[in-house]
Amino acid sequence: MKKSISDFLKMVLIFLAGKFKKFTMRFKKSKTMKDYMMVYYSDAKSARLTGRKVAWITSGGPVEPLIAMNVIPIYPENHGAMIGASKMGGSLCEKAEAMGYSADLCSYARSDISCATINGGPIGGLPKPDMLVCCNNICGTVLKWYEVQARYFNVPLFILDTPFCHTEYTNEAAKYVRAQFDEYIVFLEKVCKKKFDFERLKEVGHLSHQGQLLWQAVLDTATNKPSPMSAFDAFYHLALIVTLRGTQDVIDYYTQLVAYMKNRIARGIGAVPNEKYRLLWDNIPIWHRTRWLSEKFAAHNACLVADTYTTAWCGALKYIDENRFLDSAAEAHARIYLNIGIDEMAKMVLEMIDKYDVDGFVLHSNRSCKPYSFGQLDIQRIVEKERGIPCLMLEADMTDERSFSESQISTRIDAFMEIIKERKNK
Amino acid sequence: MKKLTELKKVVSNPYAYVRKYKKQSGKKVVGYFCSYAPEELIWAAGALPLRMFGTSENIHLADTHLQSYCCSLVRGILEEALANRLDFLDGVVFPHTCDSFQRLSDIWRLNITGQFHIDVVLPVKLDTPSAKRYLYDVLEKFRKDLGDALGVKITDKMLAKSIKTYNKIRRLIATLYELRSKNPQILSGADFHAIIKAAMIMDRDYFLEALSEIVGQLKKAKPAKATGGAKRLVISGSVCSHPDIYDIIENSGGVVVGDDLCTGYRYFEGIMDEKKPPLKAITKRYLDRIICPAKHFQLKERGENLIRTVKKSKADGVVFLLLKFCDPHAFDYPYIKEMLEAKKIPCLLLDMEAELPPVGQLQTRFETFVQIL
Ligand code: SF4
Ligand code: SF4
Repeated sequence: MKKSISDFLKMVLIFLAGKFKKFTMRFKKSKTMKDYMMVYYSDAKSARLTGRKVAWITSGGPVEPLIAMNVIPIYPENHGAMIGASKMGGSLCEKAEAMGYSADLCSYARSDISCATINGGPIGGLPKPDMLVCCNNICGTVLKWYEVQARYFNVPLFILDTPFCHTEYTNEAAKYVRAQFDEYIVFLEKVCKKKFDFERLKEVGHLSHQGQLLWQAVLDTATNKPSPMSAFDAFYHLALIVTLRGTQDVIDYYTQLVAYMKNRIARGIGAVPNEKYRLLWDNIPIWHRTRWLSEKFAAHNACLVADTYTTAWCGALKYIDENRFLDSAAEAHARIYLNIGIDEMAKMVLEMIDKYDVDGFVLHSNRSCKPYSFGQLDIQRIVEKERGIPCLMLEADMTDERSFSESQISTRIDAFMEIIKERKNK
Repeated sequence: MKKLTELKKVVSNPYAYVRKYKKQSGKKVVGYFCSYAPEELIWAAGALPLRMFGTSENIHLADTHLQSYCCSLVRGILEEALANRLDFLDGVVFPHTCDSFQRLSDIWRLNITGQFHIDVVLPVKLDTPSAKRYLYDVLEKFRKDLGDALGVKITDKMLAKSIKTYNKIRRLIATLYELRSKNPQILSGADFHAIIKAAMIMDRDYFLEALSEIVGQLKKAKPAKATGGAKRLVISGSVCSHPDIYDIIENSGGVVVGDDLCTGYRYFEGIMDEKKPPLKAITKRYLDRIICPAKHFQLKERGENLIRTVKKSKADGVVFLLLKFCDPHAFDYPYIKEMLEAKKIPCLLLDMEAELPPVGQLQTRFETFVQIL
């Protein structure tokens, strides 16, 4: 039976209110994250009625052309995070395993694949796609995952192939990626049965750029001591730059958020009441344990002030040139954090260590995400050698709560914090 | 067959062969990692392309670079390098395939010194005009990078010669497949596997000679008596680095008559057009060959290809040999299985770690499977 839209909205509301109670209290006087996400998902869910098309797109994919075409972008990975946060990952992954998908595959993919067949999960499934847009700048998994969904929904699939930049972004790759942006536009014109509006793309490109700059400004506030926000706040507020990049909403929301953080700075309020230690986080959050981890570190007076994950949504800013949107978008998409060699990733980590002045580095070795996790041991070694700060590697999974050992991780965090304390108080 | 014995000896200890070969011929040796490495160019440049197979034994050095959830192929190859067993390599060529290999290339570049390192970042999709153009551009760039690293200019003439050699080898292997498919008894599965593996190790000119001799002899060989209704199987997966599998299958009443493996048909299939400009011909072969699951070509190409292989080799069933933690294959398995079932082709899934499950256990599984065929 199909769920009615009002039922669906109720579920989104309950989900958001329940999972992020702590954060939703913040903007009493203006629109909250909850309001934005409600409107976003209700628009998406009612797309059939309003005649708008829906595209599923990967988190690192170019969304601006979709918005310019009035298509509603849906991010299965964002949905995966919601599934993880509501601790529904384990059971959905199990269903995928029963369908024949190995338990060693990415848990976003597993939970999305099974969720699509039963309209399950925290918000009763995602609105059905009219098309799929897959950019492999984050992993090879999305290619396979989107192939699965293209067969299942029987809708057209566009693949934006961004050659991996081990040491360089070659001229050959630049030509190839740029050509695919043109193909992308032709694809959209075909699926949407209308001409592409380049003027509109300019506006969207501008908004997208502004949004990314503001997101960077939000994250930058964490350089203050004490930091007004933690990485756990960033994990939460990230949702808009992921899902609504290229709209005015993002700008309104983050403008407020920056002001809010600056106000906290002025009043000396930190995310962790007695911030004594500052840490950097690597990899995707462990969505089913964010609250627990945040409290765990706070109990040690430690604040995770920054992370490599949320930074990825403004990490390629240096390549963006609004006046040459398509050319620069090609480069910016090919050179994002997960599509570069680990030596270059390590360089960025070192920059963040200096910028946020951190005392330790926590790496989530994420079973789900091979391109993010393989190489971490080398990055850790580089960090230890270059900065001499303690590092901690935690093995877990972002969405599948079945591979999380609380007692073990708790003991390891305690031991790690002892080292940090000793070092700092010397 | 003397030549076959010789090949088997090489395969049982490839490094000893390569060391000796290097000393005698003075040639450079270039390691490569999967069947998408355009080895025709390496051979054309006068160097020996050597496929890396890794080890499954005693992996501990690789643990300090790769977590436990990485496939055994990638771990095993890194182990060999870290243990300094590959010090004879003058260089390595990493073609872009899966996420694990992608990171292996980075880890290798940062930790293994004293050799050149070239990434050949191939397109991931192979079915659009811009991807085709890009593949050509990448190969052109590879020709230059490789030439610089080896200190030679790789001319069209050199490429054309290499193409001829590879075409001859591939035609002969195709004949070998056919001969075995018609009359599986003429050559044991393990011997067959050894020949294929030798093709990725030995001096290609010498291998070609040896192979023609072997095929010539097999052609003349009288068809052996069929050993009472062995069931015909096709195996599908990434690599098969366990020659014992063939023996176990044969002892269970089965026989392998076809495959979809990176160390099998996917490596050989596809003849290059000798009339085309050489680099164009090579590009075309890599575009048209049977794809591996880390590449994209339409949505059901791999399933359709497997069904074609089953039909062509008149197989009774399919065995999936999937390496644990191998994402691309694990994603394709459910849909291909569904396609096979729709055609009433039975299949068996074997999830493998680095080590094979105990022989007895494997044999029972194969026997049970063969009985239902
Ligand atoms: S978690 Fe990693 S493997 Fe999974 S979709 Fe994201 S980038 Fe890809
Ligand atoms: S394709 Fe599979 S078996 Fe091959 S290296 Fe990648 S993960 Fe390992």
